[in-house]
Amino acid sequence: MADLSVNIAGMQMKNPVMTASGTFGYGLEYADFINLEDIGGIIVKGTTLKPREGNPYPRMVETASGMLNCVGLQNKGVDYFCENIYPQIKDIQTNMIVNVSGSCPEDYAECAARINELERIPAIELNISCPNVKQGGMAFGVTPEGAYSVVKAVREAYKKTLIVKLSPNVTSVVDIARSVVDAGADALSLINTLMGMAIDIEKRRPILSIATGGLSGPAVKPVALRMVWQVAKAVQVPVIGLGGIMNADDAIEFLLAGASAIQIGTANFIDPTVTVKVAQGINDYLERHGCKSVSEIIGALED
Amino acid sequence: MKKYVLDLKVTSTTRPHERYVLLKLTHENPLPEMLPGQFAELKVDGSPSTFLRRPISINYIDRERNEVWFLIQMVGDGTRKLAELKPGDRLNVVMPLGNSFTVPEVKSERVLLVGGGVGTAPMLYLGKTLVDAGIKPTFLLGARSAKDLLEIDLFQELGDVYLTTEDGSAGEQGFVTQHSILTQQKFDRIATCGPKPMMMAVAKFARNSGITCEVSLENTMACGVGACLCCVENTKEGHVCVCKEGPVFNIDRLLWQI
Ligand SMILES: Cc1cc2nc3c(=O)[nH]c(=O)nc-3n(C[C@H](O)[C@H](O)[C@H](O)COP(=O)(O)OP(=O)(O)OC[C@H]3O[C@@H](n4cnc5c(N)ncnc54)[C@H](O)[C@@H]3O)c2cc1C
Ligand SMILES: Cc1cc2nc3c(=O)[nH]c(=O)nc-3n(C[C@H](O)[C@H](O)[C@H](O)COP(=O)(O)O)c2cc1C
Ligand code: FES
Repeated sequence: MADLSVNIAGMQMKNPVMTASGTFGYGLEYADFINLEDIGGIIVKGTTLKPREGNPYPRMVETASGMLNCVGLQNKGVDYFCENIYPQIKDIQTNMIVNVSGSCPEDYAECAARINELERIPAIELNISCPNVKQGGMAFGVTPEGAYSVVKAVREAYKKTLIVKLSPNVTSVVDIARSVVDAGADALSLINTLMGMAIDIEKRRPILSIATGGLSGPAVKPVALRMVWQVAKAVQVPVIGLGGIMNADDAIEFLLAGASAIQIGTANFIDPTVTVKVAQGINDYLERHGCKSVSEIIGALED
Repeated sequence: MKKYVLDLKVTSTTRPHERYVLLKLTHENPLPEMLPGQFAELKVDGSPSTFLRRPISINYIDRERNEVWFLIQMVGDGTRKLAELKPGDRLNVVMPLGNSFTVPEVKSERVLLVGGGVGTAPMLYLGKTLVDAGIKPTFLLGARSAKDLLEIDLFQELGDVYLTTEDGSAGEQGFVTQHSILTQQKFDRIATCGPKPMMMAVAKFARNSGITCEVSLENTMACGVGACLCCVENTKEGHVCVCKEGPVFNIDRLLWQI
């Protein structure tokens, strides 16, 4: 067994495999299929200060090698999370991380401050990129200034590991990455979904209720990998790679491109046990290549 | 109820009709406990345009042969690929998922099961469960024409069966809600599954007659386990997941304009 442990800005993980926000519920939904403690971290559903009903149905459409969604951050709000969900998940022996969204820097900061009080939550992941919410994260994540302002506000309110999740729907992801690191991000994760659309040609209407949605799954992997590679070269903080990872080979590509850990999202829908298989597959690769530790392959592309 | 990912083995496939396939599958170990109205998410291999699993209702459980049955209508690439399975092939399924139809405590309840098209699929296992619970179900099954009425002999073993077809080739001509049985007999409870317009008509009849009514929804799904919130139905309590809190809903929870 190789040493799979990684450290993301002070947060110790038993392996580099995490689950992506919005695709794994609170982890509990998958507890029948895998031992949740076998994965390095679980990023729970997007949480906002106030409850949100999300967008109307239809919220999902299957596409070539992927899917579009416009769930729109449906959640019961941070108070409900703290009172009802946290007690159910706090004893799961892995890193339970809360994905935080908001519609203004103050909301983000207040939500983060609430979660800062929860002892067993070692980190938050700031979603500055959700493309679904009309008044939501979009505005922050697409300009270096907007991204800076929200990260700065949260940094002042949140004392533990602050991961900032980047949107791919931007001109230069590297510029945004640099500005959120300047604002105090401890780590970055990327990518969130790519904005897309699908049309019902019989009805001549968009299929999704709000017309557009976020593309995820293997269709986005090459784009995600390229962005992770660019960002990992440009910043000093750890980068968490995600987007279309379906198996261990995909995960290893991200690690080689410079990601210190990876997240798996849509693939859980196809195989609810994929996360543990990927962790095992990374181990097998390391053994096959005579590596003692996963750190040996992070960013280890040959010139 | 614990959910499983299982590699089932196909024991037989039959084509009751050119647009339908009945898959029977087994497993080395006893199949898990499953309730009527629950469904499975079937993995489709070898179809490039089919990325997600396909939700399919549990049609029947044959405990003696340790078999689960899926009755599938071929509508697109995914279901067509499933229809190509051969005996001996493996099919990866996640099950059992969702809630279930209510099996009344009171044995004297008069329960009517209304199925339309492939929506008759879950009614067979529901009927069997009711019989096992000491309740004799009545079935009202509708289809386009006689050849679209599937598994009728099996329904007849469980209870009285009334039929409608749109072309009049079997039973009474018209839609299920036009069948004379609805005026001739009294029912305490209706369970229905089928095309949405049919279920809405049944729900309307039930509401106007003061009959408890449960419907089974078919919202498009991604995860099937309540994790992604893609499959929501807007209800009196807001958006709820059809895959987890459903697919079976009492009509009083829904916002249907009926
Ligand atoms: C809980 C649940 C239980 C179901 N039980 C059964 C069952 O027992 N037997 C059965 O044959 N089908 C059942 N369905 C419907 C079945 O899942 C779809 O027909 C199937 O996913 C279509 O896949 P496809 O790849 O063949 O078609 P696609 O290529 O995905 O679509 C082909 C056509 O079918 C329509 N379609 C796609 N998904 C659905 C859906 N969920 N409901 C209605 N129409 C759809 C599309 O609009 C499109 O026009 C059930 C659905 C749900 C949600
Ligand atoms: C149904 C669904 C819901 C999502 N919800 C969120 C969310 O609430 N917050 C967030 O930051 N990302 C959300 N995402 C994006 C994923 O976390 C991930 O960034 C994206 O899907 C790419 O990874 P994948 O291809 O492995 O799924 C969601 C994705 C899906 C498919
Ligand atoms: S399909 Fe994911 S929550 Fe229902």
